[in-house]
Amino acid sequence: MIVTTLIAGLVLGGTYALVAMGLTLQYGISRIMNLAYGETIIAASFLAYVLSSSLGINPLVSLLVAAPLGFAFSYMIYAIMLRPLVARSKTAMSLEIDSILATFGLLFVIQGVMLVFFGGNYISYSYMNFGVDILGASVAANRLLALVLALAIGGGLYLLLTRTLWGTALRAVAVAPSSAPLVGIDANRAVRLAFALGGALAACGGVVISMYQTFTATSGVVFTMKALIVVIMGGVGNLLGALSAGLILGLVETFVATYVSPGLTLAAVYLIFLGILLWRPSGLFGKARR
Amino acid sequence: MKRFAIAGGFVVAVAVLALAPLCLGAYGLGLLIGLAGYVTLATAWALFSGPTGYISLATVAFVGIGAYCVAALSEVLPYPLVLLIAAAIGLAVALIVGLSTLRLSGVYFVIFTFGLAELIRQLVTFYEINVTGTLGRYIFLGITPEQIYWQLLALGVITLLLTWWIGRSRIGLALKVIGDDEVVASHVGIDIARTKLALFAVSAVIMTLVGAIQAPRWTYVEPAIVFNPTVSFLVLIMALLGGAARLWGPLLGAVPLFMLFEWLSANFPNHYSILLGLLFILIVFALPKGVLSFVEDNWMKRRGPRAADRSEARS
Amino acid sequence: MTTLLDISALTRRFGGLVAVNGVSFEVARGEVVGLLGPNGSGKTTVLNMISGSLKPSGGDIRLNGEKLSGLPAHRIARKGVARTFQLVRILPSLSVAENIVAALAFRSAPLWGAEVHAAADDLLVIVGLGGRGNERAENLTYIDQKRMELARALAAAPQLLLLDEWLAGLNPTELRVGIELIASLRDSGITIVLVEHVMEAVRALCGRCIVMTAGSKIADGPTADVLRDPEVIRAYLGASHA
Repeated sequence: MIVTTLIAGLVLGGTYALVAMGLTLQYGISRIMNLAYGETIIAASFLAYVLSSSLGINPLVSLLVAAPLGFAFSYMIYAIMLRPLVARSKTAMSLEIDSILATFGLLFVIQGVMLVFFGGNYISYSYMNFGVDILGASVAANRLLALVLALAIGGGLYLLLTRTLWGTALRAVAVAPSSAPLVGIDANRAVRLAFALGGALAACGGVVISMYQTFTATSGVVFTMKALIVVIMGGVGNLLGALSAGLILGLVETFVATYVSPGLTLAAVYLIFLGILLWRPSGLFGKARR
Repeated sequence: MKRFAIAGGFVVAVAVLALAPLCLGAYGLGLLIGLAGYVTLATAWALFSGPTGYISLATVAFVGIGAYCVAALSEVLPYPLVLLIAAAIGLAVALIVGLSTLRLSGVYFVIFTFGLAELIRQLVTFYEINVTGTLGRYIFLGITPEQIYWQLLALGVITLLLTWWIGRSRIGLALKVIGDDEVVASHVGIDIARTKLALFAVSAVIMTLVGAIQAPRWTYVEPAIVFNPTVSFLVLIMALLGGAARLWGPLLGAVPLFMLFEWLSANFPNHYSILLGLLFILIVFALPKGVLSFVEDNWMKRRGPRAADRSEARS
Repeated sequence: MTTLLDISALTRRFGGLVAVNGVSFEVARGEVVGLLGPNGSGKTTVLNMISGSLKPSGGDIRLNGEKLSGLPAHRIARKGVARTFQLVRILPSLSVAENIVAALAFRSAPLWGAEVHAAADDLLVIVGLGGRGNERAENLTYIDQKRMELARALAAAPQLLLLDEWLAGLNPTELRVGIELIASLRDSGITIVLVEHVMEAVRALCGRCIVMTAGSKIADGPTADVLRDPEVIRAYLGASHA
């Protein structure tokens, strides 16, 4: 029982960590509070569902389709919709309000489109739906795969950001947006790429989620919410923080759902969120370091 | 003299609005109820968020609490008592949320309130399933639409008068000072936390009452219906566009936007959320310097032109 | 002479850095004390702790024997501690008069209604802004903003006034006017602690000086003696007068 719960928690936590990494890129580097983030996730889930159920395409292949699509979509959203807002804003506060309202609008547009096409029902498809024996507990293979994928994609991103020149440039923009140009970094380009990369991660997260969870056209808001909480818990712009906070959140949720009540998961999440905000306002792992 | 003219005009307007149901059909009355509800919500929202600059997305959390109280209690308790209990619960929740979040910086407050409705929705669902064993509830109250409308109208008038009174009181000045510079505020002796908390609580109680008064209109209530996050955003944009810092601002924003939303949902029920989303984006883009600048330029800085941009002046 | 302000072993750490290290001094009622020292020596940190912007990591601050340390800023303000800021802080969207009213309305004996406006006008006259109450604060010139900030501090009817480089950035004429203004406050009996780099002002206003370097007090005494102290010259004046 414990092992099953633990693994289920790690799977959920790995997924949260993955999507939160994307959001921390968008919010930490691009400084956009993207309320439509969860809709990008769910759109990718629908993509995987359609490809799998109508064309019989393996979700792993869908992942290869969804990631570039998510990247391109977010790149366009940033270039067309958000860049003008950034360019005209004089203060951080003014950008914050504009981007919250605009991305809320986007949330509704994407959600509305999905509702028109798929309706409001719960959706799922069957993929690798057989048990695997781990330490005496039977765990669904799709969940294991989801965990492996989340860790692989998240780890790859971490290496990309810490080991490559390009990643270093992105991190430089996150820490000091105004001085990055002084060392020859095109901050605008970096910010656009970070936003797009965040979108690609959201899309990956969406495909991964669709492998083992049911979802609806309106599930996005909850994912945005949880990703935001993970980002703040881990410290804005902090990838390792997002990873640890995501895992903590996933484990707490699963344990509360299993041993207390599934109805109280969000309450537990909120309690942790509030505790961390009051105890360490800059997040568990400090601020915008890594 | 001018003051008397305004007061007189206000009384006449309220009287006309109070008599309006007598010559309107059911549809018109329905519109008026929605309108009175949103005007009150937007004014109550601006009461707290206008001067403090805290963007609250918790509106629907309180509206939902009010509605649910009526749904849960109206069969066992007399109606006025139910309203009182709803207000008390709204107050309690506001105090808990306010005490824990009002010391946070702006963005965290936004995110926290954004999720609050969802949190309360889950808690209510949990309670209903595990304790009472039901999820949806029917409201059978002998309250006519006219009575609902008159209650909302009265609440709206009270909210406006309260906003007017606060604007002229010491607490109103305290809020202006806090909005300008919190450091100065604390050093002239203003208890920032208590001032914000008081306003947040007052605003939340009004929102709770709006939900409670409107509840009988729904007949059937379940958590997913009453905790709809869209309401929070609609109220926010109404108040911001109308001018959250002015007494009449939220009203001026709420009336046209409510009519627009109403028209959209009646004519494009299947594409309502797409159109609503596009409208939000359009509004943000239609204001050349951003929503906040628009609000500041048009509504806040009414005492003369600004000498220099504030951000430049400070750097 | 009775002691108004009593500071003992005041300490403040920022992470590993000790910004103020066991500083003790007393200020008598009616005294004007200069707090000197090179940049980063901890003067403003001391002021911030007295006024409650910062909580001390250790030590004690007492006003009339009443403990201030640990109280929130607004409670300290209501006990009669007023201050100005190193970078002038105005309430930009309010009028000049409202800037003053803000302090009058929230002090321990608050004013409101008609009397508050009369009181604000009187204070504006004292700092040389008579009749300009209806202007917007952000439209004032720098020196006038400083005057207004001073009037706002005076509006609190302070027992203790903390001035953080209030004279910095003024031209020679403005400086002379500024010194006269503070001298008139001193003559009216207000106790003042001022952080100041302008030596002319320190000599003219302060009977006594305290010098800090690297978070510690290195000298405390009559102004003329302190400014002649070799250690002070080495630590502080040496840097700028060499």
